[in-house]
Amino acid sequence: MSNELEAISDPGLPAHVHRKADHDPIAEKKAERQVAILFLLSAAGTILFIYSYIWISQDLFIYLPVLGTTNAKQLFLGLGLATSLFFIGAGAIHWAKTLMPDEEVIAMRHEMRSDDEDRAALVKSAKEGAAAAGLGRRSLIKRTMGLSLGLIGLSPLLLLRDLGPLPAKEFDTTSWEKGTRLVTDPGNRPIKPSDLEVGAVAQVLPQLRAGEERTLNNIGKDAVLLIRLRPEEFQLTPEKLAMTHEGIIAFSKICSHMGCAIALYEQQTKHLLCPCHQSTFDVPRGAKVIFGPAARPLPQLGISVDSEGYLVAQNPFSEPVGPSFWERNTK
Amino acid sequence: MSARERIAGTVAGYVDDRTGAAKWMKKNLNKVFPDHWSFLLGEIALYSFIILLLSGTFLTFWFVPSQHEVIYNGSYQPLSGLSMSEAYQSTLHISFDIRGGLLMRQIHHWAALLFMVAIVVHLLRVYFTGAFRKPREFNWIIGVGLLTLGIVEGFLGYSLPDDLLSGTGIRIAEAIIQALPVVGSYISYFAFGGAFPGDAFIPRIYTVHVLLLPGIFLALITVHLMLVWYQKHTQYPGPGRTEKNVVGYPLLPVYMAKAGGFFFIVFGVIAFLSAVASINPIWLYGPYTPGQISAGSQPDWYMGWLDGLVRMSPPLETHAFGHTISWNILIPGLIVPGIMFTGLALYPFIESWISGDKREHHILDRPRNVPNRTALGAMALTFTIVGLLNGGNDIISTTFHLTINQMMWFSRIGILVLPPIAFVITKRLCLSLQRADRDLVLHGRETGTLVRMPSGEFVEVHEPISAEKAWVLTQHEQPKPLELSDTDARGVKRPGAIKNKLRNRMSRANAVAVPKVSAQDLKEIEHH
Repeated sequence: MSNELEAISDPGLPAHVHRKADHDPIAEKKAERQVAILFLLSAAGTILFIYSYIWISQDLFIYLPVLGTTNAKQLFLGLGLATSLFFIGAGAIHWAKTLMPDEEVIAMRHEMRSDDEDRAALVKSAKEGAAAAGLGRRSLIKRTMGLSLGLIGLSPLLLLRDLGPLPAKEFDTTSWEKGTRLVTDPGNRPIKPSDLEVGAVAQVLPQLRAGEERTLNNIGKDAVLLIRLRPEEFQLTPEKLAMTHEGIIAFSKICSHMGCAIALYEQQTKHLLCPCHQSTFDVPRGAKVIFGPAARPLPQLGISVDSEGYLVAQNPFSEPVGPSFWERNTK
Repeated sequence: MSARERIAGTVAGYVDDRTGAAKWMKKNLNKVFPDHWSFLLGEIALYSFIILLLSGTFLTFWFVPSQHEVIYNGSYQPLSGLSMSEAYQSTLHISFDIRGGLLMRQIHHWAALLFMVAIVVHLLRVYFTGAFRKPREFNWIIGVGLLTLGIVEGFLGYSLPDDLLSGTGIRIAEAIIQALPVVGSYISYFAFGGAFPGDAFIPRIYTVHVLLLPGIFLALITVHLMLVWYQKHTQYPGPGRTEKNVVGYPLLPVYMAKAGGFFFIVFGVIAFLSAVASINPIWLYGPYTPGQISAGSQPDWYMGWLDGLVRMSPPLETHAFGHTISWNILIPGLIVPGIMFTGLALYPFIESWISGDKREHHILDRPRNVPNRTALGAMALTFTIVGLLNGGNDIISTTFHLTINQMMWFSRIGILVLPPIAFVITKRLCLSLQRADRDLVLHGRETGTLVRMPSGEFVEVHEPISAEKAWVLTQHEQPKPLELSDTDARGVKRPGAIKNKLRNRMSRANAVAVPKVSAQDLKEIEHH
């Protein structure tokens, strides 16, 4: 003890106080009955479970206060199971607390450490074992074994190689090409500028070529948002302005932060908000980041109309869409 | 001897002839376990794990871990005709067509949430009472491992149904992988078998979720419990309880009945929650497609603080030499949690290094008697809670009519300012509580009886506290600062001088305390 002052002394384990059921046969009988009732309640729960499983219809919905409209089968199956389990536990614990001996007992601890003799004996036999194997002397064996053990780890590592292809340049490209028509999602209908009123938003995808099928992988890179403003509302560089068409501006819908779909457009402020991490992009200024963790504006897709008046992409995206990665050459 | 006894004896004899188990059993059936409600927290975690194994096995009978796209025409009409993965379709099938299927899904999810709650609260109990001290450091590290794996296992589990919410979670996880410098794109392509989302991820994480991680869990939990068994449980300070003994109930019958009964209680409560409280209603979210999202996307709570850190991160990216480094993802998503978990795992060693205390400890600390540890814990907890709050910043903003920007700025500033404040307040509180203990031992408890003295003065009558209570309040040690000198006997600077200075300073801070009452103090006051 680090205190020089004398500490208050330990009064020792207090005397055991007996419970009523320990000496009163009536209380004991009562406790026994209580335990039995708890076990019977559990049995009733199992019966409720069996009844609900077999006889309550799957489509029966009932209204209960607080819970609202609930599927009766699911509810009573659950309540039956809960009752059957809970009261087994309650019965066992009540039994332990009222009828089993409740006198605390003392056991002694021993230090974890082995005694010095055992330790010395261990060191001795370990050394003898090592000497018998000749580990110290046979350095050729030791080194070659080290080499082989070191190398064997490579095989399972190499086996993981075929988990996937190398990324190549796939992060950089999307399905958008010069002249690809913008089609609605869902619906796959090409759209004209007149389909969008000022203030409107639409999600579009590139039109499929004959025989092509749309995969989730494509949607994950190709999804684009169209937003129509009044042309005078834009505050863009001339090049970016040239990528808009009659006030319609197109951005990648995939967040430049962590790739969530950006779906919240606030018409009054003209902000796009990502619901995952709340990065906020200002549409009139080319989806410039004005709040949140995203570090880059959303890539803009240049659009115009084709000879039939349908909206098409001017060019592919000029930068990779979606979240950053090591090889991304951000300018 | 009754017939029943004879049969039991024969069976037991048969087993013992072949295993010699009787010797071990004889010793351990009477093993003593101390009783305290806070010792149930680890039990809740263990029982939740067993419930997870049972309910999870049931779910695997119908769940189809495949991202193969199918057109739905099952019994849930609102999604009829939609394209979805077989994983999502089979989850709908379990929810709507298998009797008790939805109940089992909800039991599995509620048990997972409770599992993580129990682990975290158990960890806090162990931390604040100093139960991690020698000889229990290994078990602390295993516990930190279980916590970390639990977070991963939970995340993979709720990702399996391939609904819009969980798919968005996977998308974010992919972005974190992709953000790793140099190797990110490669690891992402290996994990997903190509570009995101591909069709390999769900089957792969299924194997990890139902086989690999549960196997590791079983192994770690077994070692965790064996160590508890072998090292014997810690106990709270109390009369008759010493570092050399353990006071409690014998395994047979009391502890076994209580612990076994408690398993059924935990299972019953989870079943009740699952009966009345809907969780993860994936049919409302719809199947995953990367082009869509629902507002208010939230991870499960144990991931929430990480998501909150990512949300509050400033928009930092480095663009140089044709490469991009996303600090806005790496710092909150990997570096900060990495530091936190490493610090957590190493804490027992750091503390014993500072205190120089290499002895075994089996009597738990009262948190107030170790102000710096308690304050450090409060600080880490505050950090995590600010992160967790910001993980729900959208929900909190709409509920309390705040702007998202206010919430975000509160968190950005709060995460730096509030933890140190929590440290200072907690430390002061601990010292105040020590002072209150001292007063209680010296002057007794307030009885509420007021007495008017002949002089007209009113005084409250104090009553001395019991010897047992006085012992609990004064049994702890009050460490003295280390006095490591930075020069040796000849006045030459030692090589570890700076290290020693640091240890001295920290142990001085640890030694700040209100002096506990000694026997002399009590004698003196009796004479007055």
